[in-house]
Amino acid sequence: MFKDAFSLKSLILPVAIFVVLLILPPIIPRFYTYILAVIFVTALLAMSLNMVVGHGGLFQFHHGAFYGVGAYTVALILTKTSLPMWVGFVAGPIMAALAGLLIGAFCVRLTRLYFGMLQISLGSLIWAIAFRWYSLTGGDDGMHGIPMPPIISSSNGAYYFSLIILAICMIVIYLIFKSPFGATLQAIRDNPDRCEAIGINVRRHQLIAIVIATFFAGIAGVLFVVVEGSVFPDLLFWVFSLEIFIMCLLGGWFTFAGPILGAAIMVSLRTFVGIYTEYWTLILGIILILLIFFLPEGVWGYVLEKFGSRPKEAIEKGSK
Amino acid sequence: MEMGHTFTFAALGSQFLVGLSRAMILFIISAGMSFVLGVLRVPNVAHGSLYMIGAFSAFSISTLFGGGSIGFWLALILAPLVVALVSLIAERSLFCHLYEREHLMLLLFTFALMLILGDLVKLFWGADYRSIMAPASLRGSVSIFGSAFPRYNLFLLFIGPLVGIGLWLFSNKTKIGKIARAAAVDREMVGAIGINVSWVFAFAFVLGCFLAGLGGALVSPTVSVSIGMDHDIIMEAFLIVTIGGLGNMWGALVGSLIFGLSQAFGVLFWPQFAIVFPYIAVVIILTWRPRGMLKSVW
Repeated sequence: MFKDAFSLKSLILPVAIFVVLLILPPIIPRFYTYILAVIFVTALLAMSLNMVVGHGGLFQFHHGAFYGVGAYTVALILTKTSLPMWVGFVAGPIMAALAGLLIGAFCVRLTRLYFGMLQISLGSLIWAIAFRWYSLTGGDDGMHGIPMPPIISSSNGAYYFSLIILAICMIVIYLIFKSPFGATLQAIRDNPDRCEAIGINVRRHQLIAIVIATFFAGIAGVLFVVVEGSVFPDLLFWVFSLEIFIMCLLGGWFTFAGPILGAAIMVSLRTFVGIYTEYWTLILGIILILLIFFLPEGVWGYVLEKFGSRPKEAIEKGSK
Repeated sequence: MEMGHTFTFAALGSQFLVGLSRAMILFIISAGMSFVLGVLRVPNVAHGSLYMIGAFSAFSISTLFGGGSIGFWLALILAPLVVALVSLIAERSLFCHLYEREHLMLLLFTFALMLILGDLVKLFWGADYRSIMAPASLRGSVSIFGSAFPRYNLFLLFIGPLVGIGLWLFSNKTKIGKIARAAAVDREMVGAIGINVSWVFAFAFVLGCFLAGLGGALVSPTVSVSIGMDHDIIMEAFLIVTIGGLGNMWGALVGSLIFGLSQAFGVLFWPQFAIVFPYIAVVIILTWRPRGMLKSVW
C-alpha cells in the first residue's frame, strides 16, 4: 500500500518543506512562528473539509461547527474538570466525530442543497448553545487562558506540536484518499446513481466520510486551543464555515495540497491586510469574486494544470 | 391563584401577538428569499445584507425628510427601491454571467456579495447604532387581553398579510409572475419558447431583494439599526425557508409563524435560551419531514 501511495519523486517537495519548517522557529521572529502555527491548524481544518467537499461532493456548509466542538471539548475538560490533560486531547476529536455522526446521519438522508441547509441549521444549534450557555462556555466572551501541558505551552512548543500533528494527519488523509474507500467516495461524487446501481451503499459511505472528516476537524479544533489558548463562539459561526469553504476553493477543490495552500494564503492575507485596513471582509469578498470568475479550479489546480507534474485529464475529470 | 392564572393568560395572549408580528417581518423577508430560491435555485446569502441596507436606507431617508411622519412613510417606500437598485446593479454587472455555472459558484457569489455589502455599509454608515421613530399615529400602545400592545406591531400584523396577498396575486395572476414560476420548474423550456431567461432571473432576484429591503425598512423602528443585523436575520430566513419547503411561499409563511411564535414563547419560559427554541423546532420538523412542511417547488 505504501509503495503504491508514495512515489519517491512526489515526496521530495513535501519532505523539503517539512524540514525547512522544522528548522525555522529559532531563526524567525516569534510572531511569524505564531502565524505559521495558525496556518497549520487552519490547513488541517481546510483539508478535512476538502475530504467531504472536493472528494465526496457533499455540501458540507457548516464544517466549523465540528471544529468548534473539538475546541470547546478540550477547553472544557482542561478548565472545568480534574481529568488528566490527555483525556481532553483525545476527547476533542472523538466528540467532534460523534457530532459529525449525529448531524451527518440526519443530513445524508438529503442531497445537495437540502443537505447543506440542514447542516447549517443543526450546526447553528450548537453555536446557539455555546453562545448562550454563559455558565458553562462563557457565552460570547468564550474562554481564555486555558492551561496547557508545559511541553506545548510555549510558542515554539505549540508550533512543533501542531506541525507534527498536521504532518501525521496529512499522511493519514493521503492514505485514505488512495485507499479503496477514497476511490469509492470519488466515484460517488461523480455519479451517485451509478454507484447505487452497482451495489455501493452511498449513504453509508458518505456518512463514514463525514465522520472521518469531522474527526480531523476536531483534531484541528484541539490544535487551535493549543495555539491560541482560548475558544470563542465565532469558531462555530456559519460565516467562518463558509470561509473554510473559500480556502478550499482558493487552493483548488480537486487537489490534495490545494486546501493547505488556500489556508496559508487566507491566513497570511488576513494577518497582513488586517494590519492596514479594518475592511478585511470587503477584500475577502473581492478575492472570492475574482476566484469565481477567473480561477474556479483554484491556485494549486491552476498550477497543476499549467505546469502539471500530474496527468491533465485527472484535473479535468475532477472539475466537471 | 385565580389572579395568577389570568395574569398568565394575558401574558400568553400578548406574547402570542408579539410572536405573530415578528412572524410577519420574518415572512416578508423569507418570502423574498424563497422567491429567489424557487426561481434561481440558489439561497441568496446576501439577503440579510440587503435587509440591513434597507434598514439603514430607511434611517437615512427618514432623517433627510426631518424624521417625522412623512419621513417614515417615504422611507418605507423608497428604502426597498434603493435595495432593489443595489441588487439590480449587482445582478446585471456580475451575477448574470454565472447562470451557466455550477450552483455552488452561484452560492459562493452571493456569499461574496454579503461580505462586500456588509463592509460597504460599515464604510457608508459607520458602526454606530441608529434608531428611527415610528410616525405619531403608530406610536404608543393599545390594550389587548388586558395588557399593553404596541400599535406598531398591530401595523405589522396588517401589512404582513397584505404583502402575502400581493405576492400571491403577482405570481399567480400576472404574466411575468407566471413566467417566473415556469422558469423555476423548467428553465430550458421557458428559454426554448423565446423568453429571455436571464431577465426573468434578474427580475426574480430583484423582487426577492426588494422584499428584503422592505423587511429592513419595516423593522427599523422596532430595533436599533446597526451592522451585524444581517447575520442574525439571514440564518433565520435560511431556516424558515428550509422548514417551509424550499421555494414555497406558503412554506415561508408557515416557517415564519413557527419561528416567530417559538421565539416569543421561548422568551416567556426560558429567556436565556430563547434563541435555541426555534432551532429545536427546526430539528423536530426536519426529522419528521426532511424536505420541509410543504412541497418544494422543485
